[in-house]
Amino acid sequence: MADPGVETKNLVSIILARRGRKKWHWTDIFSYTYLALGIFLMFGPVLWLGMSSFKTRAGLLEFPPTFFPLGQIELQVEGYEKPLLLFDVKMDDGSTRQLAQIRRIGIVSQMVDPKNPGEKFKIPIDQRTKVREFRMAWENYRDPLERFNFLLFLKNSVVVTVVATLVTLLINSMAAYGLSIYEFRGRNAIMLFVIGTLMIPITVIMVPVYLVVTNLGMVNSLWAVILPGAATPTGVFLLRQYMLTIPKELIEAARMDNASEWTIFSKVVLPLAMPAIAVLAIFSVMWRWNEFLWPLIVLNRTEVYTLQVGLNAFQGELDVQWHYILAMTVVTLIPVALVFAFLQKFITTGIASSGMK
Amino acid sequence: MTKNTDQPAAVKNTAVSIAGWPVQQVFRLLEYPFSKIQRGVGVQGMPWIFLLPNLIFFGIFVIIPLFINFAFSFTGGTELFLSNRVYTGTEQYRFLLDCKTFGDPITCREDRFWKGLYNTFIFVFFQVSFLVLFSLITALILNREIRGRGFFRAVFFFPVLLSPVVVALIWKWILLRDGILNAFLVSIGMDKILFFVSPEWAMFWAVFVSIWAHMGFYTLILLAGLQAIQPDLYEAAEMDGTSKERVFWRITLPLLWPNLLVVVVLALIKGVQVFDEVFVLTGGGPGTATQFIVQYIYNTGFTEQVQNFGLASAASIVLGVILFVLTMLQLAVTRARDNG
Repeated sequence: MADPGVETKNLVSIILARRGRKKWHWTDIFSYTYLALGIFLMFGPVLWLGMSSFKTRAGLLEFPPTFFPLGQIELQVEGYEKPLLLFDVKMDDGSTRQLAQIRRIGIVSQMVDPKNPGEKFKIPIDQRTKVREFRMAWENYRDPLERFNFLLFLKNSVVVTVVATLVTLLINSMAAYGLSIYEFRGRNAIMLFVIGTLMIPITVIMVPVYLVVTNLGMVNSLWAVILPGAATPTGVFLLRQYMLTIPKELIEAARMDNASEWTIFSKVVLPLAMPAIAVLAIFSVMWRWNEFLWPLIVLNRTEVYTLQVGLNAFQGELDVQWHYILAMTVVTLIPVALVFAFLQKFITTGIASSGMK
Repeated sequence: MTKNTDQPAAVKNTAVSIAGWPVQQVFRLLEYPFSKIQRGVGVQGMPWIFLLPNLIFFGIFVIIPLFINFAFSFTGGTELFLSNRVYTGTEQYRFLLDCKTFGDPITCREDRFWKGLYNTFIFVFFQVSFLVLFSLITALILNREIRGRGFFRAVFFFPVLLSPVVVALIWKWILLRDGILNAFLVSIGMDKILFFVSPEWAMFWAVFVSIWAHMGFYTLILLAGLQAIQPDLYEAAEMDGTSKERVFWRITLPLLWPNLLVVVVLALIKGVQVFDEVFVLTGGGPGTATQFIVQYIYNTGFTEQVQNFGLASAASIVLGVILFVLTMLQLAVTRARDNG
């Protein structure tokens, strides 16, 4: 840990010596400074993203930027078709007037008094300042959903996330059931095999999986994203560990009652394993929603892009439309923020107890 | 997972029922075919039936590709289908590993690969050291009796859930030429810095952003480790009037050490595979300054005009070997920790 030095320590203890009976330690000061800095550094960027996403295209180009989204006031002036921009103008006699700009020619701008449309002025541009008001540019959110394929990307992402999570839950819980309830020859070998696949991440087998997916005719379909990652070793492992804690007597009793194995699985074991299944569901949703590298490889046509791939394509364009990108980044972030807000404890206990992400 | 009892029951039940409902519908549909199957194979055969779907998936998407990967790396040409490819023996590996001096990427025949490897090494070195350092500091602070601990834990944790694309875009927006950071620099009388034009700055921000995004995860693991330390040890130390510094060096750190090692190795495994955030943030640039090994494989196999699958496979096997060594290290370290 960083040591702010002995002097600081003495200084701090002198300043704070009279505060209560418990003495302050330099680590207390350090902790609260660190946490305050932490809030700024962790939340600041996201807050800035949110604020910026409500600025107009022109507002985003401003330097230095303003914190709140401000839009220049536009006025409808009699005799002019388009709305005109409003400025505060310092007149030659020293007074300040609010004028609307008709057009700008070089460093001179032609202006008109909105209250008295007959009165026109020629003003050097450095004598005017924009009149602005707090205005949220909702069109940043509306336009991409209407004009671009964004709604399609959103739909693709939802389809991938939901279908992949269902497939994962189904086959992983079945495998976990097979590995936890039964005693059979080869069980340990299978378990080792399952854990062993953890060692082979997609980064190592990109090319051959692409070949397999091509062979199955799935390139540029959402199945190419859904299926390859459906059987997760972490999922099987997590569910199996949980199912092992289910008392054997329950299963024996169900067998006595002539219940089929599938019935025991779906009616007895699964309901009991729900906490673990919920954790896996949350993880799977996050994995799939955020997945990037693999979709980037197998989805090459705009119609099948997921949100992440679509966002990346947008930001890679030559004429980067930041006002749309920022708004869409916020849209992409919202589901995860909701999951986090409601299920934070689930996620953190899940990670702390299994060490997976 | 079994210690979820501190969960507010209402939240838990809602979550469980939301997650569980669609699943149960699927299960009801599968009832009939499975009872038919059971009549056929008997109860002894059922575990295999239950395992089958998962194993088929592993087979098709992990095991078969693993073998094909080797086959690819021993063939050349641009054909994707194996039967059309030409056997070239160890040609790809010799091409990849042909260097005059291994310390300098420029002397290698495939200098992009070595540049990627070299960049990855630099990235991992700085990213892992600072990641672990800051995670440790954060975990130590969150383990103290501070007000609003849950809130602060969330503050440091939430970026873990953000997608790499979102993380990269958030920071790219801050670091642009006319971004807020440069506005700040100008306001304190400095010049604007073009962060994505200078190789050093690009690497710095690649490391920084990736630490920002992943710190919460490691903090959480270390926090769990800290909370597992017996409180009576601290009480005893307090009785003896031991200084806080001494308590840290003599009690906290030694007892946390096994967890710390696990975190280091986990971070290494993730770090070597760095791609997503940095790819969106810098695109590997300027030039190849932040191009890492995974991006080399991706570029070689999928984005170049001539898709060189053989070379990409050979490179991914090199990556696989590195990961294998690290995973063995992880197993050893985890075993050491769990055996106390």
